[in-house]
Amino acid sequence: MADPMRIRAQASGDKATVRVLMSHEMETGQRKDASGKTVPAWFIQEVTAKLNGKDVFSAEWGPAVSKNPFLQFTVKGGKAGDKIAVTWKDNKGDTRTDEATVS
Amino acid sequence: MKKTSTLSMAAALMMCVVPAMAQKTASQGIDEYRAMLQDGNPAELFEAKGEDLWKKARGPKNATLEKCDLGKGPGVFKGVFVELPKYFADTQKMQDLESRLVTCMETLQGFNAAEISKTAFGRGEMANVTALATWVAAESKGMKFNLSQSHTQEKTFYEVGKRLFFQRGGTHDFSCASCHGEEGKRIRLQDLPILTKNPGDGVGFAAWPAYRVSNGQMWSMQLRLNDCYRQQRFPYPGFASDATVALSTYLGVNAKGAASIAPAIKR
Repeated sequence: MADPMRIRAQASGDKATVRVLMSHEMETGQRKDASGKTVPAWFIQEVTAKLNGKDVFSAEWGPAVSKNPFLQFTVKGGKAGDKIAVTWKDNKGDTRTDEATVS
Repeated sequence: MKKTSTLSMAAALMMCVVPAMAQKTASQGIDEYRAMLQDGNPAELFEAKGEDLWKKARGPKNATLEKCDLGKGPGVFKGVFVELPKYFADTQKMQDLESRLVTCMETLQGFNAAEISKTAFGRGEMANVTALATWVAAESKGMKFNLSQSHTQEKTFYEVGKRLFFQRGGTHDFSCASCHGEEGKRIRLQDLPILTKNPGDGVGFAAWPAYRVSNGQMWSMQLRLNDCYRQQRFPYPGFASDATVALSTYLGVNAKGAASIAPAIKR
């Protein structure tokens, strides 16, 4: 089971700024371990976000994204009390969803 | 002929100097980059992990660490980081945050302390010790360092730490002071703080544990010291050895009054 994300969402005006920290190895598949064997690729492929259950963000990621990635985006119409849910899915099929309330 | 070459040299020099002055310096650029990273410091992920580990019943005794005494009484974790290392009467030893956590993991949870100390950084239970240290350190964010120097052991360890700091050796005849004893030194682009006095808020001792962006690892103070010794081409010091605790005591006492920013984020 993957470690939880840290999600912070703050409303200002008619927008909400969402900051997400994800805990993930993000292995590129280009590295070799101490015995010379290739470390298999393992990275987040899909990231989606929902505001009160409605899709507001989706992205396709690749192996170029850093380990423990940080993501920030703004949602139009996000206001205090709204629920923002972020989901990622990696190339091994593992997935994780975390939710936060806009403040 | 001679005159023209001097003149053209001067002109060439001018061309080099003028644009460089208009630009920001490399270290200012790096500071901006660090400020940007600060917003999403992945150390927070380790903090969260550490907090979970503190409250979770684990180990052969299936107990939590919530009764662990880090120096301010059982279960107190706020403000302990800025007063460590210190002398602990129960173990009759000078201990830093990490060695104290390992003691608690042994006495409360039944883990084998010697086994943990032998584990490589970032592996197994050692990774958990680092996460716990990250969380405990974060609970003292913004507080000022104020190490005790009342016990004789605390004074001895300060003096021993000072000697270690200035002790030269290894293939390069290096000491800690070779890099950290003068103003304005750096390794590549990293400015090196002077550690013989208070280097300022959030610098040196007040910045670790820290997340290192370039390798995605969480570094504790023990690992920081371990790597300093590697760079000096010394043999690796033992985890939580008296030598590392003495050095930490020296750095910590010198940092008196500096505010902690740990867990920080580094290159």
